[in-house]
Amino acid sequence: MIRLADVQRVFLVGGQPVYALQDVNLRVAAGEYLAIMGPSGSGKSTLLNIIGLLDRPSRGRYELDGGDMTVQDDEALAQIRRTKIGFVFQSFHLIARLSAFENVELPLLLAGMAATERRGRVERALRALGLGERARHRPDQLSGGERQRVAIARAMIMEPRMLLADEPTGNLDRTAGHEVLAILEELNRRGITLLVVTHDPEIGERTRRCLRLLDGRIVADVNQTAGHAPA
Amino acid sequence: MRPLDLLDFALKTVTRYRLRTGLLLAAMAIGVAAVILLTALGEGARRYVANQFSALGTHLLIVLPGRNETRGGQPPMLGETPRDLTIDDALALTRSRLIRRLAPLVVGSATVSFAGRSRETNILGSTAELLAVRHLELAQGQFLPALDPRRAAPVCVLGNQVRDELFGPEPAVGRWLRIGDRRFRVIGVLAPKGQSLGTDVDNTAIIPLASAQNLFNTASLFRVLVEVDRREDTARAQQAILTLIRARHEGEDDITVITQDAVLATFDKILRTLTLAVGGIAAISLVVAGILIMNVMLVSVTQRTQEIGLLKALGTTPRTIRGIFLGEAAILACWGAGAGLVIGAAGVGVGRFLYPTFPLAPPWWAVLAALGVAIGTALLFALLPARRAARLDPVQALAGR
Repeated sequence: MIRLADVQRVFLVGGQPVYALQDVNLRVAAGEYLAIMGPSGSGKSTLLNIIGLLDRPSRGRYELDGGDMTVQDDEALAQIRRTKIGFVFQSFHLIARLSAFENVELPLLLAGMAATERRGRVERALRALGLGERARHRPDQLSGGERQRVAIARAMIMEPRMLLADEPTGNLDRTAGHEVLAILEELNRRGITLLVVTHDPEIGERTRRCLRLLDGRIVADVNQTAGHAPA
Repeated sequence: MRPLDLLDFALKTVTRYRLRTGLLLAAMAIGVAAVILLTALGEGARRYVANQFSALGTHLLIVLPGRNETRGGQPPMLGETPRDLTIDDALALTRSRLIRRLAPLVVGSATVSFAGRSRETNILGSTAELLAVRHLELAQGQFLPALDPRRAAPVCVLGNQVRDELFGPEPAVGRWLRIGDRRFRVIGVLAPKGQSLGTDVDNTAIIPLASAQNLFNTASLFRVLVEVDRREDTARAQQAILTLIRARHEGEDDITVITQDAVLATFDKILRTLTLAVGGIAAISLVVAGILIMNVMLVSVTQRTQEIGLLKALGTTPRTIRGIFLGEAAILACWGAGAGLVIGAAGVGVGRFLYPTFPLAPPWWAVLAALGVAIGTALLFALLPARRAARLDPVQALAGR
C-alpha cells in the first residue's frame, strides 16, 4: 500500500541543510498496525507528514496504492488526502467555533455531499464512538477524551483506508488515552491501516510492527508477534 | 464543496467574530450611506433647479433685443442702427398661432415711497399676462388690469417684502404711494415667492408697461417673455419669432431668442457633474473600507493558521480555501452594503421630512454604483489574504507557525 524508496527530506535552517529524513525505505501493507518511535527531532513527524501527503520528499519516490505521489499537484494531493487518509493529531485540531457534529461533518462538506446524506452519516459516526449525546457541544465543552473521539470520528467519516495518528494520546490522561487507543485498534481490526507516531513505549509494545528512527534514519524495524496486549 | 455549504461555513465564521464583523459592517455601511446621501443631495439640487424652471413655466422663450453673434469685416455701406424691441413688435408676435401668451417687460429701479418711508425697489413694467407667464400668485387685491398695453395707468402691484417694509401691519391695497415722482395706487400684493432665477419677486413693484416706459423715459422693451402653446412647438416658435421680427425690422436679425430648455440644460449639466464629483469623493470611503477588509482578513489568516492547516489536512483544495475567505468577504460586503442602503434611505427620508421643498433623492445609478463598488472592492482586496491562506504550507500551518 505504502512504498517509500530512498526518501530524503532536507530543510534549510539558517542557510544550513538539515536532514530530517535520509535514505528511508519503507513498505507498509494494507491493514498493518505500525508504531513510529524515536526521540524528538528524529524525523518521525516528518515521515508521517510525507506519508500523509502534507509534505513532499526532497528526493526519492513515494507510491501510495501504486500511484507516484511525487508528481501530483496540490489540488490532486488534496483530493487523495480527502478520500484515502484520515488524520488524528495530538492537539485534536477541532475548530472551536463549530459543534462536535459540525466538526465531524466538515470532510463531507468539503467533499460536496448533500446535507440530508451528511446528517445520517455524522450521527451514526458519533453514536458509534459514544458521542451521540454530545453532538451539539462545542469542543471547549468536551473532555479531552471526548475531543479526541470527535477527531477520530472526523478522520473516519470519509471511510479512508489509512489512519495516521501523531501522538494521539499525548494530551490525554491514562484512562482517556487507553480508551482512544482501544478505538483506534478496533478500527485497525476492521481493516484500516494504522500508523501511530508516539513517544509512549507502552503503545510501541502493543503494535505488531515498530519502527525506530534516529537522526532521520530508520535504525530498527521490528516485527512483534505478541499482538495486542490487554490494556 | 458546494457553493451553499461554502457560504454557510463562511457565515459561521463571520457570525462568530462579532466585534470584528460589526466594525467592518460599520465601515462598509458608512461608505455606502455616504455615497447615497451625497449623491441624493446633488440630485436633489438638480431637481430643485428643474422645479424652479418649471415654476417659471416650462415652455418659455425669452426674446432679447440685440443679437448674440460676433460680426466684423468691412463697415456696412448703408447706415445700420440697432433697432429697439418695441411694444408693437411684441403685439405682432401675439398673432402667431404657436404662442399662447406673452408678457413684454421693462425693467428699472426706482425709489418707492409712502408716508415718509422710502425704499429703492426693482420696478417691472408689464401687462396683465405677466401673472400667468411667470406663474405669480396674488395674496391680496388684483393684478394689473387687461388694458391696451400702450396706455399708462397709475396702478401698481407690490411684492411681499416691499409691502411689509412700507406699510408694516397696515393694509396696503387702495393706498396711494410714489414711485419716482409719480403717484400710483396699490391694487394688489403678490404672495411670497422668494428668489426666482435672479429676480427677487418679493422686492419688486409691478406697474403697467406704458407707465414704466414713461417713468424710465424709454420706448424700447427690456425683453419679452413668450409662452409657447405646446412644449414640442418651442423650436418652431423660436423660428417664427425670428422671422416675424426680421420682417418688421427690415430684414435685420437683431434679436436673440433664448429657450428655457437651453438654460435648464446648462444647469442640469453643471449639477450632474457636481453630483458625480461628490459621489466619487464618497466612493473613496468605500475603497478605504475595502482596504480595511483586507487588513482584517490578513489578521484573520494569521489567527486561523491552524484551522487552515487542518482544512488542508482534511483534503481542502487551495481553490476551496480561497473560496472560503472570499465568501467571508462577500458576506461582509453584502451585509455592509445592505446596512448602508438602509441607513442611506433612512437619511434621505429624514431629510425629506425636515425639508419637504427640497427634492432629496439618490439617483439609481449612484445606488447601483455604491453597491457595486462596495462588493467589488471587498472581493478585490480579499483576494490577497485568500491567496495567502491557500498557499500556506500545511505542516507549518498545523503547527501554528
